[in-house]
Amino acid sequence: MIVMEATAYLPSVVSAAPIVLQDAPAADFSDTPWWLSLIKAVLVFVYLLLQVLVVIWFERRVIGRMQQRPGPNRFGPLGLLQTLADGLKLMMKEDVTPKNADKVMFVIAPLLVGSLAFVSFAIIPMGGTVEMFGHTTPLQLTDTPVATLLVLAVAGVGAYGFVLAGWSSGSTYPLLGGLRSTAQVISYEIAMGLSLVAVFLYAGSMSTSQIVAAQEGLWYIIPLFFSFVVYVITMVGETNRLPFDLAEGEGELGGGFHTEYSSMKFGMFFLGEYINMFTVSALATTLFLGGPAAPPGIAGLFDGMFNEGWWGLLWFTIKMWMFIFFYVWLRGSLPRVRYDQFMKFGWKLMIPAALAWVVAVALIRAAQVGYFGDSQWATVITVVVIAAVVIAALLLWDRRSAAAREATLEARTPPAEIDPFADGYPVPPLPGQRVVEPRTAVSAADPVSVSAGATDDDTHDDTPEDTRG
Amino acid sequence: MAEAEDSKEVARGKDIARGDKADDPALQGPDSTPHPDRPQGGFFADLFAPVAGFGVSFSTMFKKVATEEYPEKPRPTQARFHGRHQLNRHPDGLEKCVGCELCAWACPADAIYVEGADNTDEARFSPGERYGRVYQINYLRCIFCGLCIEACPTRALTMTNEYEMADSERAPLIYEKHQLLAPLREGMLPPPFPMAEGMEERDYYRGQVTAPTQVQKDYVEQRDAAADQDPQTPTQEVYR
Repeated sequence: MIVMEATAYLPSVVSAAPIVLQDAPAADFSDTPWWLSLIKAVLVFVYLLLQVLVVIWFERRVIGRMQQRPGPNRFGPLGLLQTLADGLKLMMKEDVTPKNADKVMFVIAPLLVGSLAFVSFAIIPMGGTVEMFGHTTPLQLTDTPVATLLVLAVAGVGAYGFVLAGWSSGSTYPLLGGLRSTAQVISYEIAMGLSLVAVFLYAGSMSTSQIVAAQEGLWYIIPLFFSFVVYVITMVGETNRLPFDLAEGEGELGGGFHTEYSSMKFGMFFLGEYINMFTVSALATTLFLGGPAAPPGIAGLFDGMFNEGWWGLLWFTIKMWMFIFFYVWLRGSLPRVRYDQFMKFGWKLMIPAALAWVVAVALIRAAQVGYFGDSQWATVITVVVIAAVVIAALLLWDRRSAAAREATLEARTPPAEIDPFADGYPVPPLPGQRVVEPRTAVSAADPVSVSAGATDDDTHDDTPEDTRG
Repeated sequence: MAEAEDSKEVARGKDIARGDKADDPALQGPDSTPHPDRPQGGFFADLFAPVAGFGVSFSTMFKKVATEEYPEKPRPTQARFHGRHQLNRHPDGLEKCVGCELCAWACPADAIYVEGADNTDEARFSPGERYGRVYQINYLRCIFCGLCIEACPTRALTMTNEYEMADSERAPLIYEKHQLLAPLREGMLPPPFPMAEGMEERDYYRGQVTAPTQVQKDYVEQRDAAADQDPQTPTQEVYR
C-alpha cells in the first residue's frame, strides 16, 4: 500500500518541482527490467575486479620500466598472473587482530572501504545504448539528477573506513594515519567539489549522462582546463596515492591506518584503494573527457559508428587507463609530500584558486546565457575583464612575493664586520666578512700579589728567561 | 642601494681572501649571479624545470633494462673468472697431477687434500714416479684465490669458469678426484696404461707426446677385454 501511495504521489511531486524534471538523466532506463539491472551490476563488479587484476600488474611493470628493471615477469606470460599470486598469498596469511583493537570496528572498517569502493561506479556511463537480452538499455547501471554528488558522498563515507581502521587498531601509527586521512579527505574534497561546480555550471546538470550528453560538441577539458587540473590533483589526494599517500606513509607511519591489518582484511584496503583509483579516473573521464564518446577524428568515421553501442566501452576504458597511467607515472616520479606542505598546498592554493575559478566560470556562463545583455560581445568582454583582473592579481602577488623574498635575503646578508668574540666564544668570519680586532673577553687580571709565604724557587720559575725556552 | 653596498663589501672581502684571483669569473662566489639556486637554462628549460623529473621517469621507460635474467639467460663470465678447479691430462690421457701436494700447501684456506701414490708398471696413471691417488677440494672452504694454480708445477691444476656449485648439503661440496678430473677428450685413453714407448717423463713436458700411440691403444683394448672376462683385474682406480 505504501508503495502504491508513493507512486500515486509521485506525479504531483514531479510537477511541483519542474527543475527536477529538466535535470532528469539523459540515459533512458525505461526498457530496463530489474533483472537486467542486476546483470549489469554483476558485470560492473566483474569489470572492476578484472581491471584491478590488470592494474596491479600494470603498475608494477610500468614502475619497473621507469626504474630500468623489468618488473614482475615470473608468473604467467609477462608476469600477468602476478596479481593472482599476490592475492593467494594474502589469503593464506595469518589474520591477526591486535589485543588492543576494537574488534567490531576492526572488522567493519576494511569491509566499508572495500565495498563502498564499488558503489560509485554505478552512475558512471560506460558506453552508449546497447541491445541486451532483448532489451535496449544504456551501458550504465543507474543515474540520478545528483549522480556526481553521490560519488563525493560515497568517497566521504569511504573515508570513515580509513578513520575507523586507524582508530580501532588501538595503536599509535594507525591512529595518526587515520587522522591524516580525515584531514586529507576534508581538505581535498572541498577543492574537488569546487572543481566540479564549474562542470555543473557548464552542463546545467549533475546527472552523469546529462554531463556526457552536454559534452557532445566540446569536451570540458578544453573550456574547463583549470578545473581539470584541480580535479586531477585532488583525485590523487582523495585516493591516498603517491605523492599524497600521507595516511599510509610507510616511511613515517609504518603503514599508517593499515599497519595492524593482515591477510584479507588488508586485501580489502588494497582492493578498495585500486578501485577508488578507477572510480575517480572514471569520473574524470565522464566529466572532462566526454565519457564513452569516441575521440575526435574517430567519432566521425563510418557515420559515427564508433560513437555508438559497445564501442563506447572501449573509448571509456582507454580514457580511464590514461588516468591510471598518470597515477603510475606520478608514483614513479615524485616522492611523498611533507604533511604541512600538503595541507598548505590544499588550503592556501587549491581552494582559493578553485574558488576564484568558479566565480570566473559563473560570470562567463552568465554572459553566455545572456544575463549581461544580448550583445554578442558580452562573453568576450567578460573574459577580457576576468583576464585583466587575474593578471593584475598575479602581478600584485608576484611583486609582493618578490619584496618578501628580498626582505628575507636582506635579513640573511651577513654584516660586513664581525666581532668573533661577541658571544663569549670564538666564531669564524663568513666569506667576505671583516674581523674586528678582538676585545678581551675577560677584563685584565689584577696584578698578582705575591704572598708572604712564597719561596725563592717559585719566584725564580716565573722569570721570563726560564719560561721562554 | 643597500644590496650594491653589500656586494661591494663582499668583493672587498674576496680581495683580502684570494688576492688577485678574485677577478677570475670562475672563482666568483654564487652571490654574483642573480638566482643562486636556480639552474640557468633556456626559457623552456626554466619553465619546465619543476616537472622535469616526469621526463626522466618517462624516458627511462624506453631505455634498455639492466636486469640480467640469470637462470634463463646466464651471462658468460670473464675469460679468467676463477671457477671450479680441474685436473688436466696429457694429450694421450695420462694425468698431469704428480701428487706433490704443493697446491695443498699453497692453499690459504686449507681446502685441498692430496694423497700421492707410486705408479707401477701394472697401473700407471701419470708419467713419472708418482700420481695423485686422492685429490679433494673442499668448496665450503675454498676462496677461489687461485694460489693453488700458481703453485702447481705441472700445470695439472687449473680453474674453469663454472660457478654453479651451490648445494643444500655440506658433504657433496667436498669434490673428489673423479669430479675434478678433466673429461677424456677425443682420442685420449683412460688410464692406467704405460707411457708412450720410447718416451720419458720429461718428454711429456716437452710436448713430444701429442696423442696415444698404437701400442698404448692396444694395451688399453687388451686391458678392457681382460676386465670383461675377469672382473678381479684392477683396471680403474677404486676411489674411497
